Order: sequence, then structure tokens, then C-alpha cells
Amino acid sequence: MYRALADAIRDAEAQGKTLSQVALEAESADQARPISEIRDALHRALVVMRGAVEQGVVGDLKSASGLVGGDAAKLMASSHGPLSNTLFRDVLARALAVQEVNAAMGVIVAAPTAGGAGVLPAVLTGIATARGIGEDALVSALATAGLIGAVVAERASLSGAEGGCQAETGAAAGMAAGAATEMLGGTPSQVGHAVALAQQATLGLICDPLGGLVELPCVFRNATGAAIAMAAIEMALAGVTFAIPADEVIDVMGEIGREMDVRYRETAGGGLAATPTGRRLARQRLVQIKRSDA
Amino acid sequence: MVSLLDIIGPVMVGPSSSHTAGACRIGLLARGLVGGTFDRAHIELHGSFARTGEGHGTDKAIIGGLLGFRPDDDRLRTALDIAEKEGLTFSFENTTISDDAHPNTVRITLDRAHRHHSLIGESIGAGRIRIIEIDGYPTEINGSHHTIVLVAEDITGSIARIATLLADDGVNIATLRLSRHQRGGDAFMVIEVDEAPGEQVRDDLRKLPWVRWTHRLDKVSA
Repeated sequence: MYRALADAIRDAEAQGKTLSQVALEAESADQARPISEIRDALHRALVVMRGAVEQGVVGDLKSASGLVGGDAAKLMASSHGPLSNTLFRDVLARALAVQEVNAAMGVIVAAPTAGGAGVLPAVLTGIATARGIGEDALVSALATAGLIGAVVAERASLSGAEGGCQAETGAAAGMAAGAATEMLGGTPSQVGHAVALAQQATLGLICDPLGGLVELPCVFRNATGAAIAMAAIEMALAGVTFAIPADEVIDVMGEIGREMDVRYRETAGGGLAATPTGRRLARQRLVQIKRSDA
Repeated sequence: MVSLLDIIGPVMVGPSSSHTAGACRIGLLARGLVGGTFDRAHIELHGSFARTGEGHGTDKAIIGGLLGFRPDDDRLRTALDIAEKEGLTFSFENTTISDDAHPNTVRITLDRAHRHHSLIGESIGAGRIRIIEIDGYPTEINGSHHTIVLVAEDITGSIARIATLLADDGVNIATLRLSRHQRGGDAFMVIEVDEAPGEQVRDDLRKLPWVRWTHRLDKVSA
């Protein structure tokens, strides 16, 4: 697989291909598997992603601690906000939905991780539904997302414990931004700018879940991560460019992650988890979990 | 080498790839050690597994794995109830395995009929795992291959005999590692193979008089 997005963009442009095509060719060569088999596996992931969105928007789920759940449905039903009845609002609700399913021990696709699993399905299925985009284009978009995630894994990290939330929902935003930009007809170079625009917006984002649980703020960070991806897609497709290349933005994300204090890397030792309310809620809810299990 | 399908996956029951999917995979490998569902299980959780395991369903995921459920099986949610209904005995304990152990480490001790085995596993992120010890023998198994583990008397030519036997049964060896217990003369072998070995392989290995025990740990990840 590619270690630099710039190399993939160069190959795609030189050969008149999309990034998803060069990513699938590289994967096929690496794993000695036909492209059709890889597309089938990605399609199975897509089906699970869509199922999680559908299950989550119904709104009858409860997480282990009871801290999150029901907000996707609330958002879908609301007509008060400036985004009501828009694709953008739909994408936000879908991101909440997948994370609510995740927190309730439902079935999701870790893409790139379980904690950041809401962003990619929200952006891709939200846009595809609104624009009538078919399965094949969605599967290709997942390949592009996988390429971007693989580059992040190689150059930085995809783990909150290693790099903070910038490595989970931040990486997910970059993956979703690039994938959707290609799906909507963007050039490989526009995909690169979309990734850079999304990833730069999440630099420094810490991982500070209450009680160490993948619930709060994770569920909401997926919605705002999806919003960042949408902004990046809109700008990139309009021809907006970001002067620092995506690979360098990703490198900086990795560097910030390595420098980040351990309190801000999934340990619940800092950030929102360590606020007076965060500590109180975590204590109460963990006791509640023990009781409900007993 | 990073694969696209590692990034877009695994398909799993939430909420955490390390605390849920990885925990389930360690349980699945431990199941292989006793060749089926346990009668009695004792599970010692270390570090973050102990601290936040309950909220992440780590207990359910490990028991689910021990019952043979995979990370995407939604029976993981009710695995504790299922195990209780089947009359299985299990207990959990929070512990410190060692000061420098990985934050997500678990020791699983299982009894099934006359068999008694234990392993230590680590969940190292994004659902990936590592078994670092089996019955006190240090090892390294990541579950990406079908794996044969066996304990044998440390006799000359044992590796050659086993390699020939596997070849005769059409099983191709990917890696083979040997370690010796400090306390005795037994050799502990971990053999990763390309295809799932059949019952015949196990029966043939067990016929060797110097093989004390052997089990197959099925692969748990791509």
C-alpha cells in the first residue's frame, strides 16, 4: 500500500485513474487477491455501515452507562436548527446514529476504529442517498478511504491511546473528506486537498472519554468530525486548495500525538474526563453498570 | 504492511476495537487451548481491561469468545447470560499481571473435562491481539494464522518428525517456534500453518508417544 498520498495522486494522474483504482491495484498486488474479492469485502462493510445507520436513527438504544443514546433521532425530528431538512443535518444524525449503535454493543465497522466509526458511513451514505449514488461508487469511495487511512496508519497513528482523538475522529474526517470528494467527481489532487483541509482542522484534538468509555464525548466528536469532513469536501470541490500537502499535515498529526501528554490519550486522566462533572458522571455511571450487570 | 481491509474493518460488536473485538479474539484463542467450551473459567483482568472493561463489555466479549462467538456476533451482548444458562462456571478478578504489562492484558485459566490450561493475551489496538504466554511458556501468537500448539518431550529429531507428519497431511508450515520450560525438559512448539489443519493432523500428532498434548487455535483475524 502507498505510504504517501502524494505518490498515489501522482500515479493516478499519470495513468488517468482515480485514487480508488490505484488503491485497489496496490491492495491486490500486496495481498495477492483479485480486485473483485477486495471490492466484495468492502461491499460487505458497506452493508454493515448502512445497517448501523438505519438501526441508530430509530433512537431506542441505550449505552452501557446510559450516558448517550437517542440523540440521532432527536436531530432527525427537529425543525428548529438552521440545517433542518438538509443533507448536512442528515449526515450529522447518521454519525450520531452509528456511534449510538456502537455504544450499545451493536454491530459496526471499525473504520478506522470503533471510536471513530460514525464519520465515514455518515458522510458517504448521507451524500449517496441525497444524490442517488449507487453501490459501485460507494465501494470505490471506501477503497479511497482505506488508502487515506493506511497512509495515516503508516505516517502517524490510528489509535487514540497513541495519538489522541485527532488519530481517530480526525483521521476518520480526513478519510471521509477524501473519499466523498472522489465520489462527487473530484480529481485526485482535489482529494488530497480535502484530506489536508479536514485533518488540519482536528490537529491537537485530545482523547478524553468519561470513565474511559467510548461514549462521551466520542459520540458527539463523530458528528462534529463529519461536519469538518463536509466543510472540507465543499471547499475542495470548489477548487479551494490547502498549501500544506496532506502527507505533511498527517506527519504533524503524528508528531503532536507523540508529544501529547498521556492524560490526553484515552486514559480518562485529563480533558473532559477529568472535569468535576466528568468525574462525577463517570463514578455514578460505572456504579450503575455494575448494578445492572449484577 | 497495512491492508485496506484492516482500515475498513473489522466488522464488530461495539463499543471498542481493543476492549471488545480484541478481547473476544483472545477468548477465541483460549477456547482452542481446551478444544471447546470450558466447564470452568477464571479471568484475571489487568490495567485498562480491569478499570474500564465492564463499560466496554470486555467481560461479555471474553466469555463470548470462549463460547466460540466471533467479534461480529451479536450474541456477545448476552454472552454472560448464555454461559449461565448453559450451567458454566466463570469468575472475574481484577489483578496486576506485572508492572510493565500492556495496559490491556488478560490471563485466562480454563478447565474442560481433564484439561487445564492458561494463557496471557494482550489487546494491542484496532482489534489486533497478541498471546504472550501459554501454560507459563513465553510465546507470541497473533491469531492471523491457524496455529498448532503442542508440548512434547524434548527428544532429538522431534521437529523433523512433526514437520514430516504435517507435510504428509498436506499442511504447509508458515512459521515454527520452539521454547523450553525452565522447570523441565519439555519443549513448547507453536506452528503457524497456511490452511486449517484437519482432525487427522491432530490425531496423528497425538499418536506420537512423546507428544504430551496438542491443540489447534483457529485464526481469528485476517
